[in-house]
Amino acid sequence: MVTSLYEQLRDHIRNEQPVGLCTVIDGPNVGAKMLILPDRVAQGSFGNAELDRIVARDALAELEAATTGVRHYGPQGQTTPEDLADTVTVSVFVESFSAPPQMWIFGAVDFTAALAKVAKVLGYRVTVCDAREVFATRRRFPMADEVMVSWPGQLFTDRGNTLGPRDAVCILTHDSKFDVPAVLGALATRVGYIGVMGSRKTHERRMQRLAEAGLTAPERIARLMSPIGLDIGARTPEETAISICAEIIARRTGRTTPSLRDGSGAIHS
Amino acid sequence: MREILDDIDRWRNNGRRVAVARVVNIEGSGPRDPGAAMAVNEDGEVAGSVSGGCVEGAVVGEALAILHGDQQPKLVTFGYSDDEAFAVGLTCGGILHLFIEPLTW
Repeated sequence: MVTSLYEQLRDHIRNEQPVGLCTVIDGPNVGAKMLILPDRVAQGSFGNAELDRIVARDALAELEAATTGVRHYGPQGQTTPEDLADTVTVSVFVESFSAPPQMWIFGAVDFTAALAKVAKVLGYRVTVCDAREVFATRRRFPMADEVMVSWPGQLFTDRGNTLGPRDAVCILTHDSKFDVPAVLGALATRVGYIGVMGSRKTHERRMQRLAEAGLTAPERIARLMSPIGLDIGARTPEETAISICAEIIARRTGRTTPSLRDGSGAIHS
Repeated sequence: MREILDDIDRWRNNGRRVAVARVVNIEGSGPRDPGAAMAVNEDGEVAGSVSGGCVEGAVVGEALAILHGDQQPKLVTFGYSDDEAFAVGLTCGGILHLFIEPLTW
């Protein structure tokens, strides 16, 4: 049975497999589609082999970067402004459906359950990890995608290479025998956000332990958000989860997180 | 797109024709990023959204016109630009470019 492009797109999105959809939105062949899958030949055509090749190449790059937007081409895939000056333009909407970002939470505590809940609302794939078998149970964290009984170092060794700039590591254990290997493991990855929970006193002691473990380079220390979260006066696990997730968003967007009331300019930009 | 797949499946399984509108570009302030999607079936039922509620009504009209008309995909602009084609604006002052097409692919 032949599966339509839409059905293939739908199945890949549901299975959380990265997939790109390219649509001609202006120019010749409006509505024409190409489906882009990593490591596979693109399906569909815009009517010119060279145009197809260039669009597929660009769409794969957009898929890797998890970005979506409109790109303009000449009828044979021309991309430079000089080449495009005297020709018909094909405008292509390149849409990326990436696998969801990951959040790894270390420490199976009350704050973990609240953070996992908020992270799910934001679309994260959530992994909860704790070395203590009695705490790291599915029953305590039904909202998590995965609950692992493991030492932090092991998880980073096994899967640290899957973490990238869109992902987050939140270390909530405040016990240096877990915190130190988790922080060092996270710093060895390309993960975009590393937050570590604890009072200012805990933080001081932890930085001391980390220094003893060899963490002294200022640019590596600067990657740590510790103590974790925005200063919004959060008290409960749920409020703290909001403060952590808000900090993750603000770090990603590069904002200094003033209140909307006190700022000016566009809210969405 | 992810959040409207179940509705689209249900409608298609019931033999309903479906149009999909997607945000492809935003100028200035806009509530939803490119990729935000909304589906409309031939009975006028809706799933998903493409703005903060400002233009959805007009999108339903466009989608139904396509489904009951020539079935041709269409680039539609909402907002107060010079070449304004539609009277429906965004309260945030931005310009929203949508691509609306029948789901026949």
